[in-house]
Amino acid sequence: MRRSSRRPSEGAPAALSLGFTTAYLSAIVVLPIAALVWASRADGVGSFWEVASSPEAVAALKLSLGAALVVSAVNAVLGTITAWVLVRDEFRGKQVVNALIDLPFALPTIVAGLTLLALYGPSSPVGIDIAFTRTAIVAALLFVTLPFVVRTVQPVLLELDRETEEAARSLGAGELRVFRSIILPNILPGILSGVALAFARAVGEIGALVLISGNLPFKTEVASVFVFNHIQSGDQAGASAVAVVMLLISFGILLAIGGVRFLATRHERA
Amino acid sequence: MPRRASRYGLRIVALGYLLVVLIAPLTMVFWRAFDKGADHLWHSLSDPNTVHAFKLTLIIAAIAVPLNTIFGIVCGLAIVRQRFPGAGIVNAIVDLPLAISPVVVGLSLFLLFGRTGWFGPWFQQHGIQMLFALPSMVIATIFVSLPFVAREVVPTLREIGDEQEQAARTLGAGEWTTFWRITLPAIRWAVIYGVVLTTARCLGEYGAVAVVSGHIEGQTETATLRVQDAYENFDLPGAYGISLVLAVLSVLVLVAMTLLKPKESSR
Amino acid sequence: MSIQIRNISKRFGDFQALDDVSVEVEGGSLTALLGPSGSGKSTLLRIVAGLEWPDGGDILLAGEDATTLAPQRRGVGFVFQHYAAFKHMTVRDNIAFGLRVRKRPRDEIRARVADLLALVQLEGFGDRYPAQLSGGQRQRMALARALAPEPKVLLLDEPFGALDARVRGELRRWLRRLHDETHTTTVFVTHDQEEAMEVADNVVVMNRGRVEQAATPAELYDAPANEFVMSFVGHAMRLGDSWVRPHDLEVVLDADESTREALVERVVNLGFEVRAELVSGEGERFNAQLTRDEAERLELERGQIVFVRPVRETVFG
Repeated sequence: MRRSSRRPSEGAPAALSLGFTTAYLSAIVVLPIAALVWASRADGVGSFWEVASSPEAVAALKLSLGAALVVSAVNAVLGTITAWVLVRDEFRGKQVVNALIDLPFALPTIVAGLTLLALYGPSSPVGIDIAFTRTAIVAALLFVTLPFVVRTVQPVLLELDRETEEAARSLGAGELRVFRSIILPNILPGILSGVALAFARAVGEIGALVLISGNLPFKTEVASVFVFNHIQSGDQAGASAVAVVMLLISFGILLAIGGVRFLATRHERA
Repeated sequence: MPRRASRYGLRIVALGYLLVVLIAPLTMVFWRAFDKGADHLWHSLSDPNTVHAFKLTLIIAAIAVPLNTIFGIVCGLAIVRQRFPGAGIVNAIVDLPLAISPVVVGLSLFLLFGRTGWFGPWFQQHGIQMLFALPSMVIATIFVSLPFVAREVVPTLREIGDEQEQAARTLGAGEWTTFWRITLPAIRWAVIYGVVLTTARCLGEYGAVAVVSGHIEGQTETATLRVQDAYENFDLPGAYGISLVLAVLSVLVLVAMTLLKPKESSR
Repeated sequence: MSIQIRNISKRFGDFQALDDVSVEVEGGSLTALLGPSGSGKSTLLRIVAGLEWPDGGDILLAGEDATTLAPQRRGVGFVFQHYAAFKHMTVRDNIAFGLRVRKRPRDEIRARVADLLALVQLEGFGDRYPAQLSGGQRQRMALARALAPEPKVLLLDEPFGALDARVRGELRRWLRRLHDETHTTTVFVTHDQEEAMEVADNVVVMNRGRVEQAATPAELYDAPANEFVMSFVGHAMRLGDSWVRPHDLEVVLDADESTREALVERVVNLGFEVRAELVSGEGERFNAQLTRDEAERLELERGQIVFVRPVRETVFG
């Protein structure tokens, strides 16, 4: 018989907090998602597949995934460089720049979309008009995903043991070799989890895209806008089908993040 | 010692990137809002529908933020201090809103409370309107802003450990006293930081609320929905005006985040 | 390879870490840089390695000016106090790193790594990760890693500081034996004077960025250049104007003109020797170190009045 592992601190308050947590999460998150998954089965698996693979839906999903991939790749490189400069470099105004990185977190996405439209749209002061193009979609997504890789890489860079870089130098490694063999392997998990978060955000983004992308089916209609439009027009089945695909992508990304975390700590498990 | 050229090179790349993607668009809001003069701006901001939109945004935030704060603290405590099976799953569910598209959130609520939804008929029978009204908008906003307090509280609780709480218990403190006087003060900066993030998310929410609200002018339009509405009705100064207010609020949020971050991370 | 440190100065902000320091390290010798924290010893070592650059002065390695040479090109091996292990690489890969950077052939690397694993007694640990090793094992790995590319100089920065006492002692002796076999010029930094005395051929005593004295351990102990060296290397007490070592203080039961009166406050039995904590009439406190026999003969006990006389004393001008 297993001895009870309850500690003196557990009891009514513990059960209460657990109960509250479960109830809250179920009501707010689990039930709605379950309803969505259920609704997509409405007429059976066949009909779901039919709707989800309609040319318009496929085009929208492809565009979302493609744009998200491009944006993630750009973030992986430029986000890492930005994090590097913020951690290792010193210059006047660095604190301000560091604070500005969080702007896309703080600013409503619809405002972000509007300002990008103002700057790079029909009445652009710098003469660049990319409104209603795929470039606009990428630009808007770059804005909203900017903080992700920067903020996941910064703490990892800060924690790096600088002495390992000195050790590598004393052993004869040049700067590039030091980066490749010593720094990169240690910041890679940070980069990857930032990329995964950026990807998830990019696939699901709606507010920043509503105004600037133009929502032309097959051209600039992303999956989130597809769902939005089909809800407006009463096509719940169509909207649900694509929404479920997006949901599956989200689950996949969460799994990927968990996997990255697992891999990152494998050297520490004795 | 570090090569000069590459250091400047990297710096220019990073700052240039930020300038193009971040700073330039932001300055546009300020410029365009005052396009037709300050008077016009004030006029369009005092439009009753716009005022109502701001009010509605604040009301929703005033409900969602405290609820999510309480949840975040309770859930954080449950995950870290109690080892229950499924803690990992709970943790994952809490992270879910970060990975899901807001329209998917809106749609799932739509399906839940719609005429043919699971709970739709029940609410209809009892005369409570969920969709195209405040309740669904609040739930949508709670969903999307759910994780932030919890995600700040969990690592903080893990890091500080429960020794202080154990000490309090040996000194005779009960559960509530221990929580109120020991645990809460220890996590207060994490909670405050989480509240700031949650508030920012509530103020900026668009997609989920857009789906469930029905965009009814003067009734179910939040500030963000109003921006879209104004833009589509060719009221550009109006759209920029509301955006300006929201942008100013965002800068305040940003300042709060910057000031709080060191306190939050030097637990 | 000989090392010449000439007039090195280094400042960090307001803090003068090194002030016109000059040291000669003979090729093939084992030298210790000894001093309290803040004395500049680690800074000096890092300047020799090329991990810091001095504000003034030169470093010559084998007669050639190496002051502004990058650490990659100096041919020095460096061992850090906290190991600086490449935690994402196996022990084998850690040790092989310097050889891989030099693009040595794979067979040569494999053989050399195997030899080094045997040398540091880590055979069988080759495929483990540093996180799976103890502190002492990690430091042995770090030593093997530094030795792999056959450096002309081996530099160690408080290499045993993070280890517990027993492991520290073992590794200390092991380092000495290694040096006796390989005769690589070795310089190590320590704040532990016992360690410096036990291991090194020459000791450079540093304090507040300056060299106080550079000599063999015996010379430092018997002929300290100033008060600092005398009290830092071994124990010393002030008695009036002169300095006396505890074992140079004779304790007798009868007074005469050369003795002073003292009260025995405490008798500490250290096993092989006895320490008597004494206080003089003027309130000065000092210790005398006696053998067990001497203490027994005097029937030393607390509260006893005895008389002390220095057998040897040093006065600094």
